[in-house]
Amino acid sequence: MKRFAIALTALAVGAAGFSGAAVAQAKEQFIPANGYWVGPYAPGGSGFFAGMIDYMSVINERDGGVNGVKLTWEKCETEYNNARGVECYERSKNKGPTGATVVHPLSTGITFSLIDTATADKIPLISMGYGRASAADGRVFPYVFPLVTTYWSQASSMVNFLGQRAGGMDKLKGKKIVLLYHDSAYGKEPIPILTDLAADFGYQLTTIAVPHPGNEQQSQWLQIRQIRPDWVILWGWGVMNPTALKSAARTGFPREKMVGVWWSGAEEDVIPAGPAAKGYVAAAFNLPGTNFPVMKDILKHVYGKGKGEFNDKSRIGSIYHTRGVVAGIITVEAIRNAQAKYGKGMPITGEQMQWGIENLNITEKRLKELGAVGLMPPLKVSCFDHEGSGLVKYQEWDGTKWKPITDWIKPDTKLVREKVEADAAQYAKEKDITPRNCS
Amino acid sequence: MLYREAGQFKSSYAEDQQIFPIRQDRIAVALLLVVAFVVVPMFADQYWLSAILTPFLIFALAALGLNILTGYAGQLSLGTAAFMAVGAFMAYNFVLRMPWLGIIPSFILAGVCAAAVGIVFGLPSLRIKGFYLAVATLACQFFVLWAIQRIGWFTNDSASGVITAQTVEILGYVFDTPERKYLLTLAIVAVLALLAKNLMRSETGRAFMAVRDMDVAASVIGIPMMKTKLLAFAISSFYCGVAGALYAYTYLGTVEPEAFTLDLSFRILFMIIIGGVGSILGSFLGAGFIILLPIFLSVLFGALSHGFGLDISHAIVSNVELMIFGGLIIFFLIVEPHGLARLWQIAKEKLRLWPFPH
Repeated sequence: MKRFAIALTALAVGAAGFSGAAVAQAKEQFIPANGYWVGPYAPGGSGFFAGMIDYMSVINERDGGVNGVKLTWEKCETEYNNARGVECYERSKNKGPTGATVVHPLSTGITFSLIDTATADKIPLISMGYGRASAADGRVFPYVFPLVTTYWSQASSMVNFLGQRAGGMDKLKGKKIVLLYHDSAYGKEPIPILTDLAADFGYQLTTIAVPHPGNEQQSQWLQIRQIRPDWVILWGWGVMNPTALKSAARTGFPREKMVGVWWSGAEEDVIPAGPAAKGYVAAAFNLPGTNFPVMKDILKHVYGKGKGEFNDKSRIGSIYHTRGVVAGIITVEAIRNAQAKYGKGMPITGEQMQWGIENLNITEKRLKELGAVGLMPPLKVSCFDHEGSGLVKYQEWDGTKWKPITDWIKPDTKLVREKVEADAAQYAKEKDITPRNCS
Repeated sequence: MLYREAGQFKSSYAEDQQIFPIRQDRIAVALLLVVAFVVVPMFADQYWLSAILTPFLIFALAALGLNILTGYAGQLSLGTAAFMAVGAFMAYNFVLRMPWLGIIPSFILAGVCAAAVGIVFGLPSLRIKGFYLAVATLACQFFVLWAIQRIGWFTNDSASGVITAQTVEILGYVFDTPERKYLLTLAIVAVLALLAKNLMRSETGRAFMAVRDMDVAASVIGIPMMKTKLLAFAISSFYCGVAGALYAYTYLGTVEPEAFTLDLSFRILFMIIIGGVGSILGSFLGAGFIILLPIFLSVLFGALSHGFGLDISHAIVSNVELMIFGGLIIFFLIVEPHGLARLWQIAKEKLRLWPFPH
């Protein structure tokens, strides 16, 4: 009998677990926070989603929501794993009065896995600074938004930056560049663009892969020492970044000659490397700091009331945190935009949100109203162009903080766009998609 | 009381040799199939179909493949994920390069390719055993992933190494909704599971088990070692290959080589250890345990913190989930070292006597 009782309790607990959906309420806008707080990539995931949630909290606390519609969210642990990411997406998509408004997967792999499903479900997928570069062609990918900048734009802008440093694009001729990349879909993305540009500008490109997770780089740096490159582009993620910086110091390669992608350029990437990181340059599409008016509002209205996401206050205003704030700004602005068209003060659906993102125009003036001038570049999305900006800044680690050393640098838009359209057309052909007419 | 075979007489060899000799078992299996094929697609929502049941079936198939090799033939392997990768990427290439072939033949051919790879990497099993063999199959795991990542042909020269599965269409019928994908997966898994069950009762299966129990004795009574071991590798890899193809086509839709790391091989190995080594049912139970329990824990904790308004940091909750999961694995292994399938068997034996055990 006792065993029977135990079994019954277990069953009841089980039933409670699987049916534990939140009760839907009107006047709420549900935004899932499907991220990762455990595992090797937790610093990135926890920082980003803390920023996004903190921004949504400040909207709720300071403005009482978007035109009176409260923002709600629920966290789901994806462990940076595709299968878990899909599960979280399926779990979250019907929550809230209008279902999931928009999904930020914060993983290139999960983004790839969700493209078809999210398009069928009419839920926009924002992959801000990651994901599939060719999704910038909105005609083939109506529901996917690789906003701000893609890996291909990044690769091109990086070459422009190196040209700037060399004192003119023509000076790149004959220079040796090594791409040290994380051996995954993410790391391989820039290779076609860098190869094409090598033909245009006449630099020599060598690509060297680092197997996951990247804490063993002896042989790679030995190879780099033999090549004696003028620059090393670091396309790393997680523990691979500090290891690369430390190995560079050990082999005597100057850190000033290393340029990182934006996923290699957070405090979490350089602080573990200690003094070895000094002088290292990395890209960013958002700047760190707590001096922006929007960050001050977050400190006052959210952390002041003890509702902030971080227990460790020193992480407020870090690169990942402000990147999450940028994600929050884009999400909320798109909701505002959609409400302006489909009814102010009403929760919007994913389909309406798609319109909201597609017609998003965050100008310099709007950034000023939001208190985020300089935090992110201006953004203008269209049906044709789902990227919206492509601008990137470069910043140097001075041993204690990131210091911007350039203005926003543009990629070679024409070349990148050509590649994007070619790849999107191939995808459309493979999947039998008729591209939308955007004119 | 209900579960009693008294009065069920077998009057022919065919009756004596059927898979489920007890009538109640036959009824239960038939009911299970009806539920899986008819009731579930009618009532389950998209979340259940595409995020829980389909991956469960696919991993059960992969675990079944490993169980044939490890559980029945006694050859320890750590290359399961690699065989799945071969299946997924070869299915993609068959559909891409020979579209006239159709999906099902492509899946079968992908499985055959995986079987071929399995035979090649099974060759060391003729000389070495146990842990040493496991290390040899590790080579397969790393070599296959290396080849897929480095050779552009496998991914159709995709820049990122990610492939996108084509639409699944059989005789003009498109499998695009979660229900249809689930049904396709279920049909394939059901047929393959039935085949496996029968295979293990045949001469081949008995030869496998003889090799597992004592290979010297098996070779003395005339079981050819090379043929039996390599056949076990081939069949096992075929199952894993088909599971990999399903993983790409009916589950995620896009696949990157990194999905098939050593980590996945270990997970599938844990599935059969927990489910029951050398049991068809155990493959399904183990897959259910490893796939569903973490999801269940995460939903449960979500509901608990929601329902009671507990304000626990999400990072702590996520870590606690992992700890409980680990704890439960140890608990089950202590309570029943032979796996969940053994628990089920004990329950059945008790049921036969119930309610009058003495």
